Amino acid sequence: MIIKGKVHKFADDINTDDIIAAKYLVSTDAEELGKHCMETIAPEFTQKVSPGDIIVAGRNFGCGSSREHAPLAIKGCGVQAVIAKSFAAIFFRNAINIGLPFLESVEVDKINDGDLVEIDLNSGMIKNLTQNKNYQTQAFPGFLQQIVESGGLINYIRKQKGKA
Amino acid sequence: MGYTIAEKILKQHAGLKTIQPGEFIEANVDVALANDITAPLAIAEFKKSGFTQVFSKSKIVLVPDHFAPAKDLKSANQCKILADFAKEQQIKNYFEVGQMGIEHALLPEAGIVMPGDLIVGADSHTCTYGALGAYATGMGSTDLARAYIDGKCWLKVPPSVKFIFKGKLDKWVGGKDLILYTIGSIGVDGALYKVMEFSGPVIRSLGMDDRFSICNMAIEAGARAGLIEPDEKTKKYVAGFKRKPKFYYSDPDAKYEKVYQWDISGLEPQVACPHLPSNVKPVSALKDIKVDQVVIGSCTNGRISDLRLAAKVLKGKKAAQGVKLIVFPATQKIYLQAVKEGLAEIFVQAGGVFSTPTCGPCLGGHMGILADGEVAIATTNRNFLGRMGSPKSFVYLANPAVAAASAITGKITHPARVK
Repeated sequence: MIIKGKVHKFADDINTDDIIAAKYLVSTDAEELGKHCMETIAPEFTQKVSPGDIIVAGRNFGCGSSREHAPLAIKGCGVQAVIAKSFAAIFFRNAINIGLPFLESVEVDKINDGDLVEIDLNSGMIKNLTQNKNYQTQAFPGFLQQIVESGGLINYIRKQKGKA
Repeated sequence: MGYTIAEKILKQHAGLKTIQPGEFIEANVDVALANDITAPLAIAEFKKSGFTQVFSKSKIVLVPDHFAPAKDLKSANQCKILADFAKEQQIKNYFEVGQMGIEHALLPEAGIVMPGDLIVGADSHTCTYGALGAYATGMGSTDLARAYIDGKCWLKVPPSVKFIFKGKLDKWVGGKDLILYTIGSIGVDGALYKVMEFSGPVIRSLGMDDRFSICNMAIEAGARAGLIEPDEKTKKYVAGFKRKPKFYYSDPDAKYEKVYQWDISGLEPQVACPHLPSNVKPVSALKDIKVDQVVIGSCTNGRISDLRLAAKVLKGKKAAQGVKLIVFPATQKIYLQAVKEGLAEIFVQAGGVFSTPTCGPCLGGHMGILADGEVAIATTNRNFLGRMGSPKSFVYLANPAVAAASAITGKITHPARVK
C-alpha cells in the first residue's frame, strides 16, 4: 500500500485529549469528530489540512485515553496516515483496528512541515520527495498488515469466520 | 524458564504451553467492559459485523458513567444505546444510574473482576484491576466489538518491568504518591508497551484502595498493564464473591526487562504539575500556587479510604473563600458508606459539594468544568492541556489529603501544615 501526502508536524506526547477533546465524544461520526481534530493545540489545523495529508509527530503519539474517536477524528479530517517516533499502545491498536495506516520512524526530526512524503506500508520505506531522501523503517508484522489491508479488525474477523 | 505473573495469565488465556514477550497471541477474555463513550462505537461496529448474538451474557459489562447522569441530549442518547443493547442481548452486567458507579471502582466492588482474569476494557484506566493480580488492559471500541463476537482479543505479549518499593512511608503519603513518583521518574512513555509489576514491602503494607490507585495510573507511563501479585489482603478482598479467583505469582527466575528498586523513606506527598502526569514535584517545592477548584474523587482516588483521608483533613474546617470544593465518591456503595460515617456531612460543612458518582469532572465532561485561567488540584489521573475544561486552565494532580489541605488554604499545601 503506497500513500503520498503533505506533512503536518506535531511535537512529542500528543495525547488523545489534544487529538479530540472529551466534549466532542458525544458523537461517533468520523467526519463530525474530524471537524475538531487537534483543536486544543492547533485550532487552525482543520483549516490547513487537505484530504490525503500525513501527520508526522514525535514520541508517544496518542497517549492517554482509549478513545477510538482519536484515530477516527484523524481519518475524518482527511489525514490518510501518521508517522511518529513511537505510538502509545492503545492508539497503536486502535489505528490498526480501524485501518488508519501509520509507521514508526526514528528519523521524523529530518522531516519538515509541508514536505511531500510517500510511504510504502509493505516495505516500511518513507520517501521524502521534497528533500529527495529515503528513510527505511520496520514494516508491520504480517498479522497486523493483514488487519490493515482487510480495512480493519472487524472485516478481518468476518473474513476469518467466512462472513465476507 | 520462569514467567512473570502477567505472562502466566496470558499464557493460560491463550491456551499456550510457552509464551514470550513480543509474541502475538489470541486470548480468551473473562470480562469485556465499555462505557457510555466507548460502547456506542463498539455496539455500532458489532451491529455492522453481521453477527447478531454476543458471545456471553455475563462477561460483557456496560457502565454509563462518563457523561451520566446524562449531561445533555446527545449523551442521553449515547447512554440509551447501552441500555437498549443490554436489553436486546440480555446482558446481565448493565448498571443504570442509581446502581452505576465509576467503572474501575465498581467492577472490583461488585466482584465482577477477579484475580487471574484477563480483562479488556474500552477505557484506558482498565489497568486498575491489575491490583487484584489480574491482567487488565485498555483497548478501543473495535477491540470490544470483536470480543462481543467471539470473546477473544489479539495481544502482543509485553515485556515486564519490576518496581520494588522499600523503606517506610511517611504520614500523608500513599499509593497515589508512589505512582506519581514512579511516573515522574520514568516519564509518560517510560513503560511504553510494557507491563509494570509493583512489589516490595511497601506495596505489601498498602491496602487494596491504595493498590488500585497505583495500578490505575500505569497507563500514564504508557504501560499496557500494571500488576501486583496477590497476597492475604487480596484474598480477603475477593472472599465471598460468587466468581472464584485464580492466584498467579511471578517465578523467582522470571525475566524482567528492567528492575527499579527505590527506598521511599522520607518521600513527601507528590504533585504532578501542568500539563503532564510526569511533571512531578514534592508538595513543599510548590509555593504560593493558588487554586480555584479542588476535585476529590475519580477512578484513581474516589474510594472510601480516599474519602476518609480527605475528611480527616477537612473535619471542622472550611474551604477557603472562593475555592470550589467538589467531592465525588466513585460508587453508590461508597456514597452510602460516606453518608453513614459522617464524611458527607464533613464535606458539606466544609462548603463542598458531595456529588453523585460520575467520571464527569475528571475528563472535562460535566460537574465542574474549569474556566479560562482557572487552576485546579485534583485527585484524578490526567492533567493534559484542557483536560478539565478550558485550554487556558491548569490542573495539578495529588493525593486526597493534599487536595483537602489545599481546599482549606486556597493554595497547594502539605496536609501537615493544616492546623
